[in-house]
Amino acid sequence: MLAKRVIPCLDVKDGKVVKGVNFVNIQDVGDPVQCAIEYNRQGADEIVFLDITATHERRGTMADVVFRTAENVFIPLTVGGGIRTPDDFRELLKAGADKVSVNSAAVYGPEIISEAAYRFGSQCVVVAIDAKCVGTEENPDSPRYGKKKYHVYTEGGRKDAGLDAVEWARKAEELGAGEILLTSMDTDGTKAGFDHDMLQAVCEVVRIPVIASGGGGSLDSFVEVFKKTDADAALAASVFHYGEYVVDDVKQAMRGGGIPVRIQ
Amino acid sequence: MIAVIDYGAGNLFSVHNALKFLGFENRVTADPGVLRAADKLILPGVGAFPDAMNRLRQAGLDQAIRSEALSGKPLLGICLGMQLLFEKGYEFEETEGLSLIDGYVDKILAPALKIPHMGWDEVEIVNPSPLTADINSGDRVYFVHSYKAVTAVSNINLATQYGQLVPALVSRDNVHGAQFHPEKSGGVGLKILNAFGEL
Repeated sequence: MLAKRVIPCLDVKDGKVVKGVNFVNIQDVGDPVQCAIEYNRQGADEIVFLDITATHERRGTMADVVFRTAENVFIPLTVGGGIRTPDDFRELLKAGADKVSVNSAAVYGPEIISEAAYRFGSQCVVVAIDAKCVGTEENPDSPRYGKKKYHVYTEGGRKDAGLDAVEWARKAEELGAGEILLTSMDTDGTKAGFDHDMLQAVCEVVRIPVIASGGGGSLDSFVEVFKKTDADAALAASVFHYGEYVVDDVKQAMRGGGIPVRIQ
Repeated sequence: MIAVIDYGAGNLFSVHNALKFLGFENRVTADPGVLRAADKLILPGVGAFPDAMNRLRQAGLDQAIRSEALSGKPLLGICLGMQLLFEKGYEFEETEGLSLIDGYVDKILAPALKIPHMGWDEVEIVNPSPLTADINSGDRVYFVHSYKAVTAVSNINLATQYGQLVPALVSRDNVHGAQFHPEKSGGVGLKILNAFGEL
């Protein structure tokens, strides 16, 4: 049986690790390569680097971080943040990334998903979705009538794209995405638990793996997300980054809760 | 020296990095001469079966791999590289493979399960081989694939279950194939690469 995955995320700016809480209040800490090595040692199933650098030199710096990590860490590496073109995919895959995640650019030009899937294979195309509850679905013709309605936000969560998040996830799969990384902006940074309703709404419409993100806090929150939803993986940043507990603590808690996990 | 065969498909540098990390001298190469000079060969690969076989043929690498393997040189195919070791593949169209292990490659049929089979899955030892010396049944390795080998049980060293039996590590004499990615399977994967390097 496939293991449910635990994925630490490292937010990287100008080659350094930071962690945004609710996307503001950024604190600079640590070398991403050393952090990745440490997470690998703790039993991470995969590592995500999220590049939040705003300048043009960004790609080269991030590619170098990936390159140096791939020399030392032998688990899948995913890189996202500011991906605009299939050539951005190529550069990061060449540097040693196994998957690349695309967010805003896919909302503005969904063909990047199909182009990247065609050129590099669906297995390396992750579509990251930042979403927020905007009320209740009021259209009686919608299959989600009366349920919570979610909108996709772009530009690091600043802009409502006016797009239904569940519908967008379904479309992303149809275009060739290999995985969905779903961040709930309602739970992100709260450490109060993952957004089970939002996750399950997406899990019900796609067959590709869904990574839960936003709200990972207590050890129990990682057990609950797999009991209450069909998510395949859970991603978290600050709980691991500030050493509240290590990845293996989460795995042991999951195992105790009857969730299949990989224990090193 | 281990030759990591470059035919324009897939992430060769992960394999190169893992071998380097383990201390095995290796070269990423498309030169049949280097394949002949090497002690061992690794055939990586991500992509589709017909395209990969075409590339190998165009570079004259199919014959070089076959003759080196038939002369007894250890060969390890990884993921698509493992699938190419069989007689035929049925991805898109019927395509002849390298025919170093009996069997063929076909779609995973698991209507209730997600395809590709992606993530960390458990393997069980079917027939021990030198590559499984440090592996225990229940160890997890990293898979990403939509097709699987169909071959005699006697050729299967490790298998996983995904709606059906899926060969994970196969071998015939000096020819080995891993459906999973040992270079992305953490400590367990490194043990398998290390065992291959020490053959």
